[in-house]
Amino acid sequence: MTTLSPPSPAAEDLGLQDRPPASAIVADALAIAHRNLIALVRTPTTLVFSTIQPIIFVLLFRYVFGGAIQAPPGMSYVDYLMPGVFVQTVTFGSVNTGVGLATDLQTGIIERFRSLPMARSAVLAGRTLADVVRNLFVIILMVAMGFLVGFRIHAGVIPFIGAVLLMLGFGFAMSWIMALIGLSAGNAEAAQAGAFPFMALLVFASNAFVPTNRMPRLLRAYADHQPVSAVNSAVRALAGGGATTRPVLVALAWMTGITVVFAALAVGRYRRTA
Amino acid sequence: MSVAPMSVAPMNAGPAIVVEGLVKRFGDVVAVAGVDFTVPTGTVLGLLGPNGAGKTTIVRMLTTILRPDEGRASVLGLDVVRRPHAVRSVIGLAGQYAAVDEALTGRENLRMIGHLTHQPGPTIHQRADELLERFGLSAAADRPVRTYSGGMRRRLDLSAALVHRPRVLFLDEPTTGLDPPGRSDLWALIGELVADGTTLLLTTQYLEEADRLSDNIIVIDGGRIVASGSASQLKSRLGTTVVEVRFPDAAAAQTASTQLAPIGAVEVLDDRRTISVTVADAGPAVLEVVRQLDSTGLFPESIIVREPTLDDVFLQLTGHKAETGEPVPPPGAKAASGKRSARRERGAA
Ligand SMILES: Nc1ncnc2c1ncn2[C@@H]1O[C@H](COP(=O)(O)OP(=O)(O)OP(=O)(O)O)[C@@H](O)[C@H]1O
Ligand SMILES: [Mg+2]
Repeated sequence: MTTLSPPSPAAEDLGLQDRPPASAIVADALAIAHRNLIALVRTPTTLVFSTIQPIIFVLLFRYVFGGAIQAPPGMSYVDYLMPGVFVQTVTFGSVNTGVGLATDLQTGIIERFRSLPMARSAVLAGRTLADVVRNLFVIILMVAMGFLVGFRIHAGVIPFIGAVLLMLGFGFAMSWIMALIGLSAGNAEAAQAGAFPFMALLVFASNAFVPTNRMPRLLRAYADHQPVSAVNSAVRALAGGGATTRPVLVALAWMTGITVVFAALAVGRYRRTA
Repeated sequence: MSVAPMSVAPMNAGPAIVVEGLVKRFGDVVAVAGVDFTVPTGTVLGLLGPNGAGKTTIVRMLTTILRPDEGRASVLGLDVVRRPHAVRSVIGLAGQYAAVDEALTGRENLRMIGHLTHQPGPTIHQRADELLERFGLSAAADRPVRTYSGGMRRRLDLSAALVHRPRVLFLDEPTTGLDPPGRSDLWALIGELVADGTTLLLTTQYLEEADRLSDNIIVIDGGRIVASGSASQLKSRLGTTVVEVRFPDAAAAQTASTQLAPIGAVEVLDDRRTISVTVADAGPAVLEVVRQLDSTGLFPESIIVREPTLDDVFLQLTGHKAETGEPVPPPGAKAASGKRSARRERGAA
């Protein structure tokens, strides 16, 4: 690193570093993730509550609207629906990241973290990592729900594990968008309110519940080319069989792009937030 | 058991904190308007000022949380803008509002700080236990902080600032929200820390507290230093006692205020029939007040002799009452109790 002036003698005496040791980048993120997971374990009800809305969607679409919706040929509607619900759950779950960060700003604990000699990335990385673990639990709950209503895996266990990993990766990517929103909003309610329209646009204007071929042209063009649809398609292919390479690559491209761009924006925002 | 810093390197004899021309603006508000001071190693500086004076803003700049707009500041010779990480490894901060994790227990909070400050693994648990014990939190150590009282939270927050044995400690209104025993316990603790060589900068709204704890006091108002010196220097400048005289009516009070002006700084209070006279020496002054009133035939209803409040200090130093630009506390934060200036009337804008 470059300094504008030689270190002062006092600093040399103390043997002080100008950045945390490389090991701290991982260790600090894990310490923060640990803290967030403790909070999650202490209040398991929030986890259960976050599955209520998707469960209602499952019941609604499986039993109320399902009969009227035409699944693509060779696929039952429940097998079409459930991947969409999994991805929806993970996407809405990422709001948790934003709300958590906004709350940490509000309570002042981020102020304390800023005064500690810890890795700067840890607060955000720890939060997003904890939310990956959280998402894993939510996905497991929703897959169990899916089996109850008739969802089946047709392509084997290994590809389905791949689908779960893909969804975790997508949840991680979405968490960085929410991190940016949460840091900008500054309080939990605003973060929640700010995230919703954006999330709704991604989740509902997608191929999650209905195939896009009957949508109006413009809507269809959007729905066919947005990240949630891409991940839905990839998960459907991995769970239900069929060509997987192309949809998986498209989904990976989306989540990598989102993570790179929004992690950079969120970290920049974190550095600037006073 | 010790809460003090490890003696690593020999103390460098120079100042622990140097501040030169520090300025911070928030939009149109100039929160800190050019402040200079130094804090010698191993001493306590009390930053005294009313709501909105800029105390917290100064602390946040010195603890690398906020970037100054102008000027320079260094801690143990380390520039806070150029070497923030190095600064962070030698400082401890307990901010104005307790910043602890509500979902974690007290013990978990302290261990987390131990990890985040990269303490050697085996010592982390021991240090947490030590601090919990010292701050009287052992019994509550395994309860989530959510269940703590305001004072317990405050004590946990203070112990979190000490986990990595910082050599320079910043305490922003540390006794706000503590009950009298908690307050005197904190004062004792500060004594221990200082005896072991910790340099301390604390902010307060209480003259008594600044007086009791600090080697040097800086009085700030509107982002500027309006007075500085040791407690005794300030006292001799400010007068140590206030004589309050209440009259049956406003006219008498008005006459008396002119009459008593030579004795000390006179202010007519809000009820318009009470005046306060700030004096250096209580005994002779009271006699003089009585003599003067007697000679003009003004009969007071009561005469009270009391210690000066921060309001008196400000009246003396600035010629105006302490303005209040009360910052909005984070909604999660416990309301600060017992703020003297909160009792003031907030009239003129
Ligand atoms: N983040 C901020 N954004 C805008 N204005 C701010 C911010 N922080 C502080 N200010 C303003 O700067 C001034 C100084 O605030 P500061 O918090 O430093 O005062 P203080 O002396 O700590 O007061 P108190 O005793 O009430 O804690 C106030 O007018 C305040 O409104
Ligand atoms: Mg303050």
